[in-house]
Amino acid sequence: MLTIQDLRVRFRLGRGAAASHIEAVGRGTTGVSFDVPENTTVALVGESGSGKSVTAMSILNLLPDNAERHGAITFQGRDLLNAPLAELQALRGREIACVFQDPMSSLNPVFSIGQQLTEPLIRHLGMGRRAALEKAEGLLAEVGLPEPKRRLGAYPHELSGGQQQRVMIAMALSCEPKLLIADEPTTALDVTIQRQILELLARLKERHRMSMLFISHDLGVVGEIADRVVVMRQGTVREQGPVAGIFAAPQDAYTKALLACRPTLEQRGARLMVIDEHIGGAASAPPARPKDADAPVVIEATGLTKSFWIRRGVFGRSAFQAVKGASFRLRRGHTIGLVGESGSGKTTLGLTLLRLHEPSGGPVGGQALFEGRDLLALSRQEMLPMRRRIQVVFQNPYASLNPRFTVAQTLVEPMALHGVGTDSTDRARRASALLAKVGLDDSALGKYPHEFSGGQRQRIAIARCLTLEPEVLVLDEAVSALDVSVQAQVLNLLKDLQDELGLAYLFISHDLAVVRFMADEVLVMKDGVVVEQAGVEQILEAPQQEYTKRLLGAIPRGYRAAA
Amino acid sequence: MSAVLSPSVALPPGVTRSEGVWAAAWRRFRGDRVGMVSLAIVTAFVLLMGLAALGLVAGDWQAERGVPNAPPTFMGPAAKTASVGIASPTGPNVDISAVDPLAPRYREWAERAAKFQTTETTRAETLPFGGDRLGRDVLAKAIKGAQISVFVGVLAALVATLIGTVLGALAGFFGGKVGDALEWLYNVFTSIPGILLIFAFAAVAGRGVQSVVLILGLTGWTGIYRLVRAEFLKHSVREYVRAAEAIGAGAGARIFRHILPNVSHVILVQLSILVVGFIKAEVILSYLGLGVSVDQVSWGTMLAEAQSELILGHWWQLAAATAFMAVFVTAFSLMTDALRDALDPKLRGAE
Repeated sequence: MLTIQDLRVRFRLGRGAAASHIEAVGRGTTGVSFDVPENTTVALVGESGSGKSVTAMSILNLLPDNAERHGAITFQGRDLLNAPLAELQALRGREIACVFQDPMSSLNPVFSIGQQLTEPLIRHLGMGRRAALEKAEGLLAEVGLPEPKRRLGAYPHELSGGQQQRVMIAMALSCEPKLLIADEPTTALDVTIQRQILELLARLKERHRMSMLFISHDLGVVGEIADRVVVMRQGTVREQGPVAGIFAAPQDAYTKALLACRPTLEQRGARLMVIDEHIGGAASAPPARPKDADAPVVIEATGLTKSFWIRRGVFGRSAFQAVKGASFRLRRGHTIGLVGESGSGKTTLGLTLLRLHEPSGGPVGGQALFEGRDLLALSRQEMLPMRRRIQVVFQNPYASLNPRFTVAQTLVEPMALHGVGTDSTDRARRASALLAKVGLDDSALGKYPHEFSGGQRQRIAIARCLTLEPEVLVLDEAVSALDVSVQAQVLNLLKDLQDELGLAYLFISHDLAVVRFMADEVLVMKDGVVVEQAGVEQILEAPQQEYTKRLLGAIPRGYRAAA
Repeated sequence: MSAVLSPSVALPPGVTRSEGVWAAAWRRFRGDRVGMVSLAIVTAFVLLMGLAALGLVAGDWQAERGVPNAPPTFMGPAAKTASVGIASPTGPNVDISAVDPLAPRYREWAERAAKFQTTETTRAETLPFGGDRLGRDVLAKAIKGAQISVFVGVLAALVATLIGTVLGALAGFFGGKVGDALEWLYNVFTSIPGILLIFAFAAVAGRGVQSVVLILGLTGWTGIYRLVRAEFLKHSVREYVRAAEAIGAGAGARIFRHILPNVSHVILVQLSILVVGFIKAEVILSYLGLGVSVDQVSWGTMLAEAQSELILGHWWQLAAATAFMAVFVTAFSLMTDALRDALDPKLRGAE
């Protein structure tokens, strides 16, 4: 139905003679070619920067003005590459519809769901207002939104992320398109919601007999939903074929590596495969060092609670409990995994330990003993030396480094604040030693954060923590924003550092597979309550709570022949 | 700005520092032809101002070198109007020394006057760009006026920016009670009509360059306060600031070392906009007689004088002051525009 032949896309930078080009899809004269047959789901898989989104966006020419496209795109015999804008606009939404990654920014916040849903119906199908509203209600019911009639009058902010994505899908389906382009539709969602959306998409595809172009970086998700898989890397197609073939017998070294570097629920290795190692053929992982079960306890938390004030009326306020009584013991060299959906209070728990909350925040309860001193009761002055010993790595490496600081400044600042090292030359020496430890060289010192990739930035953030020689690291979704292959590298680095320096980790994540790889003990949180707390093997092999079972069941497991 | 505030770090030998934000901005600025032309004009003005301040140029602007209201040279001297003298009386001569009580002293005064020499300075019929009602060179006045006007504009903008930035940073960063108090202050200042507020301050402070700077600085900080506060609200919850807190950086370090360099482009652009606004405000104040003192000249006092001259058809003082102001303000505005383009983080993302 859709044929892409030898597509090359490049972006023009600058004006006139000084213009330079960046190749986004295709390298040199090789372009990207693949087909989307009727009633089939084709998945485009690749890391960020592989050109998968640009490929999909060029089908309907949703690219910025400075994009130059070459090759051929034909949809049902029509040439889309050279089609005039009017023809494309008639196609958009009518025959080819799109669902994007972030539903919150895809929906217009000032229009109600009903208004946004009926617009394409009235515009493309020429329906009357009343008929369009009825149809919209039917669509919302079809995508499984409860109380569809009432939702029509709701505004986007009144819906949760998963519900918003359902609305986006309903909107895409409204004109019964032949092809649905879904660009990472579940990446911003929790695992349980992701599962629901995936099932919904598969069901709708069957019912409406449409094709789907599914873009994802996650092979686990792709394996569950796709019929054919196209693996992309650095703007070119590395391998394509039916999903069974790709998963059972990958031909390309990159595909093999991609499959190997993702931590799985089934097995727990000492190290993860890294793409380059895998391609290079070096694959002998050193055996894991057994952990000392009686290592000294670093942090002992009992009955930790944290509330926030919510304004009620003009002067009133009420407390909202974000964390309700969490207790754990973190031993030296060990890792506690903190798992839960968004809003479960896991990040709040981590920030409470670090005392990194808004000054206007609500009351904190319980105690967290760090060498016999209660972290939560320390004054601001007393907390300062403690900061040195408990450090944090944040989720988004693009936001957690000061863009106006060079790497050297970023690394030296904490040392200067706490008087680590004798003078500035000594500190610079330490900084470059730490960079070497996290796998970067000295040339990085003079650079600014924007010159690094996400994985490299996260390494810098880790190096910044290490400058203070901490004993505890809080890793707040530290690898969630990274590509699978980069994630593997950073996870390996964290494991090595733990082995070498005896660090204790509080590992906060929504990804159970990653937690399994890292953690010794797991706390499962739901609505601020720790619902289950046990060793990692125990939780995964024999979960006791219904919620934990649901969380485990929701994890995409890739392609399985039986499924 | 960031070079001053960021910690200086000794880099190991062989490591070069990458192009910073400011260097990149300068590179983009250089590519902007309009921006470079306007920068050249502004630089020329600044040089002229420097020379005027040192007295090398237009130091003698008070000298009455031409005939009153001397026209510009290219127009030629004013047509001589035939002087109509009083008709001389025709009656018999009368000796009034008898009735003049000062008559005996005339001789003595004449002797004393003979000890000094007076020469009537020949006043020029025309001046390069005309003269004012005292015969002072309009061009020299405009240059000297530029020095005062631009000096006032820049200094007042600096004062306003300083106040606005510090208050905005405190309000945005701390919020809570501090934020509420500052918001209240801001609301009070913005609820009074701007020109009225300026007049009220001017009535208290009196005339003079310092008062004008103070008045404009104290009344003009609200806009920059609002923008800086918004930026700080946004940045203070960013992860890099939280990370700085986690490594133990205090509030001051977070405000000035971490966040300020990240919002400095906003401040810089606002500063340039304020300069333009304040130059115009000074002109208005001086025009209304609330500005600089009478022995000084600014574009505003020139415009005030021009009002009465214009009735007599002497347009050159108005033209000189207007032309200087228009060229400078336009060039400065265009430079600000180019500056904003060069510093805009959104455009930076496209590279």
